[in-house]
Amino acid sequence: MSMRTLPLLFLNLGGEMLYILDQRLRAQNIPGDKARRDEWTEVDRKRVLHDIISTMFNKNFIEELFKPQELYSKKALRTIYDRLAHASIMRLNQASMDKLYDLMTMALKYQVLLCPRPKDVLLVTFNHLDAIKGFIRDNPALVHLVDETSQQLIEAYGGLSAGEFQLIRQTLLTFFQDLHIRVSIFLKDKVQNSNGRFVLPVSGPVPWETEVPGLIRMFDHKGKEVKRTEFRHGGNYIAALKEGSFELYGDRVLKLGTNMYSANRPVETHTSGASKNLASQSQQSIAPNPLAKEELNFLAKLMGGMEIRKPSGPEPGFRLNLFTTDEEEEQAALTRPEELPHEVVNIQATQDQQRNQELARIMGEFEVTDQPRWSASKGDDLLAMMDEL
Amino acid sequence: MFRRERSIPLRGSAAALCNNLSVLQLPVHNLTHFGVVHGPSAQLVSAAPEGVPLAQRQLHAKERAGVSLPLITQVHWCVLPFRILLVLTSHRGIQMYESDGSVMVYWHALDSGDASPVQAVFARGIASSGHFICVGTWSGRVLVFDVPAKGPNIVLSEELAGHLTSVTDIASEHAQEQDPAGEKGKGSLCLSPQDCIADMVTADDSGLLCVWRSGPEFKLLTRIPGFGAPCTSVQLWQGIVAAGYGNGQLCLYEASTGTLHAQINAHARAICALDLAPMVGKLLSAAEDTFVHIWKLNRNLKNGCIEVEHCHGECVPDTQVCGARFCDPSGSSLAVTGYDLAEILRFSSV
Repeated sequence: MSMRTLPLLFLNLGGEMLYILDQRLRAQNIPGDKARRDEWTEVDRKRVLHDIISTMFNKNFIEELFKPQELYSKKALRTIYDRLAHASIMRLNQASMDKLYDLMTMALKYQVLLCPRPKDVLLVTFNHLDAIKGFIRDNPALVHLVDETSQQLIEAYGGLSAGEFQLIRQTLLTFFQDLHIRVSIFLKDKVQNSNGRFVLPVSGPVPWETEVPGLIRMFDHKGKEVKRTEFRHGGNYIAALKEGSFELYGDRVLKLGTNMYSANRPVETHTSGASKNLASQSQQSIAPNPLAKEELNFLAKLMGGMEIRKPSGPEPGFRLNLFTTDEEEEQAALTRPEELPHEVVNIQATQDQQRNQELARIMGEFEVTDQPRWSASKGDDLLAMMDEL
Repeated sequence: MFRRERSIPLRGSAAALCNNLSVLQLPVHNLTHFGVVHGPSAQLVSAAPEGVPLAQRQLHAKERAGVSLPLITQVHWCVLPFRILLVLTSHRGIQMYESDGSVMVYWHALDSGDASPVQAVFARGIASSGHFICVGTWSGRVLVFDVPAKGPNIVLSEELAGHLTSVTDIASEHAQEQDPAGEKGKGSLCLSPQDCIADMVTADDSGLLCVWRSGPEFKLLTRIPGFGAPCTSVQLWQGIVAAGYGNGQLCLYEASTGTLHAQINAHARAICALDLAPMVGKLLSAAEDTFVHIWKLNRNLKNGCIEVEHCHGECVPDTQVCGARFCDPSGSSLAVTGYDLAEILRFSSV
């Protein structure tokens, strides 16, 4: 499939993650003077977002991200977000991390599916980046970093043809295939059906550069129009209004990719069907080599570009709960099926000394609660060393 | 009017590809074969007339050790004069099987030699033309394979140059079907009627169409330029090229000259599949806008102009259609696949 998809996937999922975290942190917000030591304040919230955003847009990381590569599996990509979510003082337990990832992926699936044109996924990405800049607008250096990434997007994607964008779209949809987790905010807005499938409207403006269906024109040998008829299309479409801007700044027109967790709405980040769907997914994806060596090599390189700043001093990790109550979170943790393939893969390189040190450093900072069980195949330098406990 | 018939369940959902349904009608055996791409695997299902599934098989793209499973781009039955082969294209190469998918008879690895690192390498676009099987590639080259009446001695006989961007689809029809009396050659500049009869058309990501005449050496007859949108699906009937585009437009061209004869604002999203019922001149178009439309093609006997009328439209609610085919030569039944849908939807006219 397309080798240009990873930046779009990563930046958009990252954007959704920030929307959700921002919303949850606001929901648990305590006024600064009244807060106990372990409760969230406005200052804490801004700090969490700042830390995650600065890690996300780290120059080395972005450079690795934009290199042509195949799309990672969902498992592999999840490890990047696990790490990103912990790039701050915030701590999420596995159940909350699962839920966060479910919400992120379903939101982006919805956005990609409903993009009028394949190229509009770029507008979705700009919407996310515009909102991210809003989170850190009081930090010009960080805004500049995000702008540089926007510039790279324009350079990498600005000149692609419609055909290339279609391949990108197909690649993204392959990534999201068979995910049908029900998200309450989608169900409420009637953009998702109770069977987990998204509603595809047959009304509204047609995409830019598409005509409203219904007209048939016929021409003779010389190219002269000789007949014009109309047919009933079945939908209720109107002409496209205007094209969104693909510049650094501008009116994107498209609403997909903007923050749907606005401050006014009560937060409902309830998901259901997760365990059932992921269990059936894990059955399908039990292949002999779930994280192929090549993929792991790319992943290690990418993560190598991630700079995590360890929290200084004896600060407690602030715990964030994605569920409404602590009891719900505990319950979700208990009902997670055993074979859920979410665990972070523990890698120990042996032969390549330099890579070994780098990876050990990266992986050492991870908090892994469970050791996964994978069987090693002999001769693989990077993939082989999964702990057998 | 169409009504929903019994669906055929699939083991895996259909991938978001274009032309993601192939149908092999075997009326003699009272069977229909269906082929759908899931991702790294493709599924073949055989069904009885009422849609009762009888047999299933999964095929996988050939892989290299240590690398993630390559994705399949298309699966398609090729009807040749003396045999039927099932062709599977992927990001690795081209696999050809006996028609039931039981035995692989040929494997061709793609040469990614001059591809830049950012370029995806794959084969896509499959059609038979006489005793040749033609397959498109990422670079625009069309590979022509010479297929013997039986056995695995398939040979790459020619590489057609004509496209500069990735091939999307290929369509063909028998030259004899078009013009049994040899009428078409009259009044044109060809040396003989046979010279002008186009029997294959290839399409690419830029919207360019190339019209060919098959033979021991394929000859490029005409090129029909695109207009920015990819041509995602193409059909050929009685010298008429039907082309579906990424912007929802459906165009009909005179194959021998490339003249545009009809332009239809057919869909609100990218067209992903076209199919023909050649006996009756019916064309179906399916798109990501959830609609399937049936059209009637016609040649005006007085002036030779191509005419088209809309017969029927069917909405497949909340489904991004990715494949659609007629299931019988009269076009009275059709099958549809959709992204993320683990079943083949069937419709029949009432």
